[in-house]
Amino acid sequence: MVPLSWYLMLAAFLFSCGLYGALARRNAIAMLMGIELMLNAANINLVAFWRHGVGPMEDLTGQAFAVLIIGLAAAEAAVGLALIIAVYRERRTIDVDELDLLSG
Amino acid sequence: MQLPLGIEVPIPTFEQFVFIQVALLTAVAGLAVVISRNLFHSALALTLTFFGVAGVYVFLEAEFLAVSQVLVYVGAIAMLIAFAIMLTRSMMYGRTSPLNNQWGKSSLFAFLFFIGLLAFARATPWPAAGEEVVADEALIGALGREFVTTYVIAFEVLGLLLLLALVGAVMLARDR
Amino acid sequence: MDWLQLLVFPAIRALILIFVLLTGFAYLTWYERKLLARFQVRYGPNRAGKFGLLQPAADAVKAFFKEEIIPNHVDKPVYLLAPALALVPALIIWAVIPIAKGTPAIADVNIGFLWILAVAGIESYGIILAGWSSNNNYSLLGALRSSAQMVSYELPLGLFLVSILMLAGSFSLVDLVEGSRQWWEWIWLWLAFPFFFICILAETNRSPFDLPETENELVAGFQTEYGGMKFALFFIAEYVNMISTSAIMATLFFGGWKGPFAEQYIWLGPVYLLIKVLILLFLFIWVRASIGRPRYDQLMKFCWQFMLPLGLVYVSISAVLAVFLK
Repeated sequence: MVPLSWYLMLAAFLFSCGLYGALARRNAIAMLMGIELMLNAANINLVAFWRHGVGPMEDLTGQAFAVLIIGLAAAEAAVGLALIIAVYRERRTIDVDELDLLSG
Repeated sequence: MQLPLGIEVPIPTFEQFVFIQVALLTAVAGLAVVISRNLFHSALALTLTFFGVAGVYVFLEAEFLAVSQVLVYVGAIAMLIAFAIMLTRSMMYGRTSPLNNQWGKSSLFAFLFFIGLLAFARATPWPAAGEEVVADEALIGALGREFVTTYVIAFEVLGLLLLLALVGAVMLARDR
Repeated sequence: MDWLQLLVFPAIRALILIFVLLTGFAYLTWYERKLLARFQVRYGPNRAGKFGLLQPAADAVKAFFKEEIIPNHVDKPVYLLAPALALVPALIIWAVIPIAKGTPAIADVNIGFLWILAVAGIESYGIILAGWSSNNNYSLLGALRSSAQMVSYELPLGLFLVSILMLAGSFSLVDLVEGSRQWWEWIWLWLAFPFFFICILAETNRSPFDLPETENELVAGFQTEYGGMKFALFFIAEYVNMISTSAIMATLFFGGWKGPFAEQYIWLGPVYLLIKVLILLFLFIWVRASIGRPRYDQLMKFCWQFMLPLGLVYVSISAVLAVFLK
């Protein structure tokens, strides 16, 4: 049996990678990829806690939430990428540093 | 197993050994997503990460989730991302750096965050694995019943959200 | 032994399966060329061996000895990965298909239906990677077309699969074939078959929906920059895909391995499955010989404005039937 802490460490690493990607990349698509990584890391934790919790056969909360998050991520990716493509069509760039129309 | 310098390492079981490989693959791919300079390579690494996470779900005996992960993340989301990269492909060339000017602070912050999470994960006395999971259709059925009883509101709201996202994405990306 | 059960036996089964599928591919090319020739009142291949039966072997030798050319402007690791990735889903989809009574090809998993959907979802990766890494406008256009087409047609395909799943009441394909169905169920299923078949045609990029590689618009689409064995791998992937999807349709709609005496004599199961697959493959080739290619916008419009609403209606009615009549 794989101990719970191993899953948590993997999830922590993925989450930190995603965090770095979302904060440090210029490209909007790359930022979106970072966010997807973070969502995946959170999902690993949910499922790991479900498996190691009390009575995984009766209490399916962890799995249910993971399914909901997968659905949410799909919606997020669709809207996010549509926004990016709309911006690209307007400005010919998706570099978030150059999208500064509102900064003084 | 005795390493030099007197460090004691427990010998991993077969399952743990395979898990280490899957976890390493996932972690390396996850790192490649954020450090690769070529955006398309990042997207491919992201796909690999999604596969790795599906593998982790298999270790957690959540086969339904593992296949859903491949179906939604690999089959749809990663595909959408690849699609978006192709449509905005002039970004691939000519940039000096893929990072913005706060990458130093970000990397430090992410690293400290990782150390913090790691410390928590190692320090907390987690309970050992719960009871056995009999992975059969009864489990999927139970999950389905949860969605139409306990989590019916969350489920319906998610359906509404997906519909809105669909309509919104079409409106945004439409050529006017 | 535990590891023997876990690793060695499935590996042997998988090797046999791959061998059978690749042989099947070789003779499928012969079958298609002979049939197309008949449709067009020609003879088809008839020089190599009796009835041209050695033609596939000759083609294989030719593909092996072609010079390997890798253009300078490609993204090399991805370029080399793409053909292999195109072939993998076509092979692994077989894992859950039952080939005889109580015998799936590799494993009887409790998520067989989802497996099919998931593998269908990753099928377009080989094409997308090929199109991108070739760094060529025609290739890229072909890849964009194919990903849009496959993702779109996956939706009605998934809806039909979900309907069949609801009526069967089980995720396992082994149970689906062995469970009994009432007569109205068969009729309801067969009503969906033509539409399911159209989705499959689009998913496998087969004519008349072979828009990702239309030679008169896009040179050869995503495979423009490929030659020799690497081109052959794409070719193999397309044909193995035809075989795999035919087996899936036979399993879902026509009882898979079932037939007279198949319950008593186990070995008859694969034979019946093979016959059903051959008939469905004939359908693929028949369509190719008779129907012209639509325009790309017509193809997408057909999916979103006809197939998807139809699929939704079909799912709703199936749900009602499954609740009230079973």
